[in-house]
This record gives sequence, C-alpha cells and structure tokens, in this order.
Amino acid sequence: MAEVTGTTWTVYDANVMTQADIYGRVLCELGKKDPRIVAITADMAHSTKIGVFGEAFPERFINVGIAEQNAFGIAAGLAKAGMVPFVSTMSVFASMRALEQVRTDICYQNLGVKIIATHGGISFGQAGTTHHCTEDLAIMRALANMTAIVPADGYETANAVRASLDVPGPVYIRLGRGFEPLHYASEDYDFQIGKAVQIADGSDVTVICCGVAVYHAAEAARILKERNGISVRVLNLHTIKPIDEAAIMAAVVDTRRILTVEEHNVLGGLGTAVADVIAQSGKGCVFAKTGLPDCYSEVGYPEDLYSHYGIDTDGIADRVLGLMGKEFEADEDWEDEV
Amino acid sequence: MPLSPDEISALQAKARELRSLMIDVTVWSGGAHIGGSLSAADLLTALYYKYLRIRPEEPDWPDRDRFVLSKGHGGVGLASVLADRGYFQKELLHEFNHFKSPFGMHLDGNKVPGVDASTGSLGHGLSMAVGMALGARFQGKSWLTYCLLGDGECDEGSVWEAAMAAHHLKVDNLITFVDRNRLMIDGPTEDVMALEPLADKWRAFGWGVREIDGHDYAQIGEAIEAAQEAKGAPLVIIANTVKGKGVDFMENKVQWHYGSVDSDLAARAKASIAGGA
Repeated sequence: MAEVTGTTWTVYDANVMTQADIYGRVLCELGKKDPRIVAITADMAHSTKIGVFGEAFPERFINVGIAEQNAFGIAAGLAKAGMVPFVSTMSVFASMRALEQVRTDICYQNLGVKIIATHGGISFGQAGTTHHCTEDLAIMRALANMTAIVPADGYETANAVRASLDVPGPVYIRLGRGFEPLHYASEDYDFQIGKAVQIADGSDVTVICCGVAVYHAAEAARILKERNGISVRVLNLHTIKPIDEAAIMAAVVDTRRILTVEEHNVLGGLGTAVADVIAQSGKGCVFAKTGLPDCYSEVGYPEDLYSHYGIDTDGIADRVLGLMGKEFEADEDWEDEV
Repeated sequence: MPLSPDEISALQAKARELRSLMIDVTVWSGGAHIGGSLSAADLLTALYYKYLRIRPEEPDWPDRDRFVLSKGHGGVGLASVLADRGYFQKELLHEFNHFKSPFGMHLDGNKVPGVDASTGSLGHGLSMAVGMALGARFQGKSWLTYCLLGDGECDEGSVWEAAMAAHHLKVDNLITFVDRNRLMIDGPTEDVMALEPLADKWRAFGWGVREIDGHDYAQIGEAIEAAQEAKGAPLVIIANTVKGKGVDFMENKVQWHYGSVDSDLAARAKASIAGGA
C-alpha cells in the first residue's frame, strides 16, 4: 500500500509502521500547528517514538531519564503553565510506577496532559511480565477526569492522538509494541472519543473488544458467518472511559449474548466496564469475558500469547460458539435452579 | 536591594499577625499542621508581602510568579496568607476542614484562589515547579516559580529526580526553599532518616546552595534577591527554622506537627506570638 491520505493528513504508510511510529509522526504534524505541544519521555524516546517529535522540535522536548514520577510531575507543571504535554513511556510505568503523579498531579487537578503509553498489554511478550501491562485499563477507569482509549490499529492511533487534543482534561492512550495487524483500511471512518464503532452487524451475539482484539474479532465474525451461519456483531469499544452505554445496551437488546475481549486482566478493564453498564440497566444477557484470567502473563511472542489467552481469531470464534449454546433466562425460569 | 530596617519590622509585624491568624484557623478547623505552618511563616511573609509578583484581585494573571507549596500540609499557613493578601475573604477560613469547604488541610488549587498547585502528597511539588519553570521558558515569559519543600519531604526519591532534571535542564527561573525545621511526624529528621549533609547533597546534584536563618528577614531577603539573579543553575535556599516558631509551647515540639488548639491554648499562643520578635 502506498502512502495513505486521511481527510487532512498524509503522514504515514500504516502497513510498514507500528502504532508508535504513526503516533510519533502524527505528533509532529500536530506540533507544527500547535506551539503549546511539548513532549516528555523517560529514556523512551526511541522505544515510544516520541523522539521523532524531539528531533523535529528539540526545544520542546524533554527527556528526564529513567524517572517516570518526575516525567509526569513536570508534565503537570507544564500544563499548569499553559502548555499541552504529551508524555510517553511504557504503559506499565505510566500506569503504575508514576500512578500517584498521574492521579494527584494530573487527574485531580484536571490537567490536559496526554499520556501515550506504549508496549501495552502483552505486546512486549518476550520481555517478560515486568514489562507487560494488564492492569492499566482498570487503573485508568478508576481515575476521575481521565479519558482512556485503546486504539485498534495504526489508523485508529492517528485518530485517537489527534482527537485527544480536543479533550480539555487528561487522556490515556494505550498502544501496542510492534506490527499489530491493521483492521482499518484508512483513517476515514467515524472516530469519536466515547463512541463505539460497529465493525460488523449481527443478531446472534455481540463481541465487544478493543485494541488488537478488534482485528481478530472481525475475522472471527466473518468466519463464523461463513462456516456456522452465526450472525456476530462486533463493537470496537476503543474508548473505555467515557463508555458508550448506548451501543452496549443496543447490543444487549438486539443480540442477548455478549462476549468481551481485551488484552488485559478480565478483572477491572473493558469487560468489567461493560458488565457495569449491563448490570445497572436492569436488563440481562448471556455474558462472558475473555482476557487474562486474573494471572500474571506468560512469556513468549505476542502472537503465541494472544493464542494462549484466546485473544486471537480462533480463540474468539471458539468462545462465541460456546456462548451460542446458552440462552438468557427470564426470571420465571429461575425456580428450577435455586 | 537589601531590605531596609523599616521593611523588616513591617514584615515582622505582618508575620505576627499571620501567625495569630494561623492559630485562629487551627481552632476553627478542629486541628491543623500548625508546627510546620509556623516554621514557614516568615518565608511565606517575605514572599507574599515583598517578593512575589502577584495580583490577588486577578489570581490567574498569566504573568504572575508561581508558588508551589510542595509541603502541602502547610495549607493552614498558606491559606491564612492568601486570605490576608486578599485572594478571598478571611471569614471563609471559619469553614476550614468543614463539610464541602473549599479548604482542606492540603489546599486544592481548583477550589482555592491563589493556589498554583494542589499538593499534599510529598515529593510531587518540585517536579511540578520544574515543569512550570520550563513552561515559562518555552513561552519566553519572565515570571519566576518558587517552591517550598519540607525537610522530611526530602526523603522522597522523586525530589531528587526533580533536582537532577532542574540541574540538567539548567532551570534557573526556579527558586527552591527547604523548610529545615528538623522535625517530621515520627521525630527528628536525623533519627528517622538522616538528611545530613543536606547542603552537600544539593551541591552534588549541581545546585547552588544558600543556608540561612529562616526567621531572619535580612537573610531571607538577601538569599531571595541573590537567587533571582542566579543564572545557569537552580538554587536552593536551605532555611534553618524552628518548628512551631513564635509559640513558646509549640517550638521544637514534634507533637505540634499536627494538633488541636482550644480557646485557652489559643489565647496563650497569641500572647506568646505578640510578645515575640
């Protein structure tokens, strides 16, 4: 594929660039227009690609060394002084090493700091569990004022980074590490923070997912249709917070079966957020969550890990098939079971 | 220009007034970090009545100097100063710590006019102050950032992350104080976790250091004026202070890190303040 033209941008070829590569490039484009943008990293200029901005705008780039608490504290101060800081490091360090700075300095003060965290989930599989991050979505959801986004691919990364500038408060965007497969063919689709994107329509079951799972869920839906005649709706719930309650409840009403898929502990992340919405609605459905089953991740290549935890096409298809044998029971049917 | 004898006696008188107000707020609030507020009172007085370029009637004036109370538990002290300086009505301080009051022990910048950073968790303020100072630099602004650290706070590793960065990035539009009152909640700083040689630590991190008596206005003024002129490296003023300063029964008493004061004690405290220098 040649260079891709978005509605206003011609900045990258998503086939040969990682999400982080695209982020770095888009940030540069934003930086040309907006002198308030300043970039901060903690010895992750190369790994997160925020260094691309640093090369273009060295006077607006700060590398604090391996000191994440300081990176986020400085970002808060810069935001207080009228700048728009983008901070990038690995998601495990952004969400946990510097969590109190993110919470108290940035979220509590409701400052417009944009946290672009790479190596999310198990995308840095070979590095081992210290460098995996399967808790960040639960953490970010629990921070008042925070917006949390998990783009599906490189194109959605571009959309999310750009859209984050319009959010006055803090934003956390979780990226992967490597060449995650592209779901989208371009960035020309309706991306809005807080609004799920329906990837496929269906009436038997809905897969609600984010990140790398979106590509696999779309593939699974296609295969299930062809091979099994199952009609699968797929929702790309790229924004974990604020959550798109309307899209979730429409899926509950229309399909009565929900499977959530995320590269995260099944406790606290997208699946839990979706379950919250459903539980509070007073309506019910068959419901299951796929992700890491409350464990620390194994080591290995990401593809092998996705397969191991069922976050790939086959895993999602198998899980959907399992749900098809279940029916939501209205309360008059409960007596025989209690 | 050094402070004149008249300026010094005016600042001393103002500090007595402010210390007395801090005692009142301690009564109204039901309890406060009064010891560390009193130790910092002369630094705050010098800043807010002499050196800070601020407009209390326009708290968000973009070109104001910034002040970060990194030892956020000094909130009773700062709130008293801000009220007296006219950022808000003094009567509001009667609500300190009360249900839905804008004033808690650690001040919230989104609720209290004049508070440039919400602090309270120790070890955060210097990083934010470095960020503010860099923000001024990026925008070509001449305003200065001032930051007041507690001495016990310097146990936090993040203080030294910020110190390294301020040196590396040559942040010279930042003036930092350490309120060296030598007491923290669990006892003397040197018993709990030794800070000395504190000045050498800052020097080793590339900072200029001035050590002063933090209750002597001539020394405070001279140090601030020198820091305002310092170029090329950050500067820290280690202000040797007395916890509970000005109230005889509180001075150097660790139990007055946080305490409650009834009307009898408040009367005694005010008498002691009035009789002091």
